[in-house]
Amino acid sequence: MTAKVVTITSGKGGVGKTTAVANLATALAADGKKVVCIDGDIGLRNLDIVLGLENRIVYDVVDVIEGRCRLRQAMIRDKHFEQLFLIPAAQTRDKNAVSPSDMVRVCDELRPDHDFILIDSPAGIERGFRNSIAAADKVLVVTNPEVSAVRDADRVVGILEAEEKYAPALILNRLNPAMVKSHDMLSAADVLDLLAIQLIGIVPEDESVIVGSNRGAPVALEPKSRAGQAFRNIAKRLQGQEVPFLDLDKQDGLWGRLQRLTGGRK
Amino acid sequence: MNATSSTVQIKGLRDSLLVALTGETWEENQSALLTQIDERASFFQGARLVLDIGTQALGVDEMVQLRDLLSERGISLWAVLSESPKTEKTAQLLGLATRLSNKPRVEEKRPSAEPVGEDAALFLSKTLRSGTRIEYPGNVVIFGDVNPGAEVVAEGNVIVWGRVRGVIHAGAKGNRQAIICALDLSATQLRIADEVSATLKPQKNPRPEVASINKDGRLQAELWQPG
Repeated sequence: MTAKVVTITSGKGGVGKTTAVANLATALAADGKKVVCIDGDIGLRNLDIVLGLENRIVYDVVDVIEGRCRLRQAMIRDKHFEQLFLIPAAQTRDKNAVSPSDMVRVCDELRPDHDFILIDSPAGIERGFRNSIAAADKVLVVTNPEVSAVRDADRVVGILEAEEKYAPALILNRLNPAMVKSHDMLSAADVLDLLAIQLIGIVPEDESVIVGSNRGAPVALEPKSRAGQAFRNIAKRLQGQEVPFLDLDKQDGLWGRLQRLTGGRK
Repeated sequence: MNATSSTVQIKGLRDSLLVALTGETWEENQSALLTQIDERASFFQGARLVLDIGTQALGVDEMVQLRDLLSERGISLWAVLSESPKTEKTAQLLGLATRLSNKPRVEEKRPSAEPVGEDAALFLSKTLRSGTRIEYPGNVVIFGDVNPGAEVVAEGNVIVWGRVRGVIHAGAKGNRQAIICALDLSATQLRIADEVSATLKPQKNPRPEVASINKDGRLQAELWQPG
């Protein structure tokens, strides 16, 4: 077994990187894969919160790198899945506590015993981003259908392409089909037209995502959530399966009806 | 003093270290620099480095390798100064600065009336993404798009076989005869010499357009008429 290292990044902050990591990790684990996620956002950690593991942290990734504990000791087992682990970020240090080669070393140590290593990159294109992509076999770029988020994603894709060893794929997060229909939001086609990279998934806007993040229970666990379904599909695609994209128009009918009922736009 | 210290010249700047590398080959430069750093680790620790590598042409692999080697030593590579366009392009692609802000630009505005020569052109066969800046002292031809957030600055004409949604500056040193043409000219800003145009609206059905300075001295884009 040799793990695939997948880094989730975005450029702009707040587009849903951490949520994506938590949900993909959960979905992969639900498919029986052995998964480790590493929080690369040293100093501003929150993957532990989204996974609901905050109160179990003893050691973090900086402790591992600086030799204060063994790798096993820093791996926190998930509440739902035996085979899902989190290596948290240090909250009291900054990005310079880790170097790109440290990340490569940690990932190499994890590779033999796992199927997937997911790395949650911090926002930005500086040190923390460099650390997070250093070991990556695959990079997923998360963006929202907003001009500013797409602009930053474009920058990140440019940097990744310049290094020639990553083929980035796109997750379009928080798409609201009703707003796209009324021309108030960029459509998936608009975003793809600009970025021109492979699309690995579209996640519709869904309030249950926020509820799940706050509760520490990713929506990928909820069979009825559309966002959860979208994340489960992305996890399948990461495993090399062909899964058709969600029919967002079905949701659209409901959305449209709800919005008409509440007096919103058609 | 040994050979390595003459290859590597260090100068303190206000907020960074300027290191000039004068060795013959890149291998020589890199190993001399790393030797210097390892010998004086505490001096370099946490430094922001500006590298001046003269005329050497560096590719992405070499620069990434150097950046990683430096970052392992607690040094961040901030800028790469070079006279080689290839190196500059590489640095720009990696998001590094390519000139120091307190170093005044050598170019000065010198309006010239002569039409742009047909000699030098830079041909790029790729899409320029946000954050990329291309500067060239001649014509620039791009087979691909210029995305929002990207900039092209040419002393001559700029021709884009694709969509323009970033910033284009043709005739950057004052040539008012320069033109900009593109299959779809929905640029955020166009400049020719010292004329600036406001935002052009994205079109539903884009048609090829040519922008130039008209008789009234204003920058204007017109549909391209074949023949």
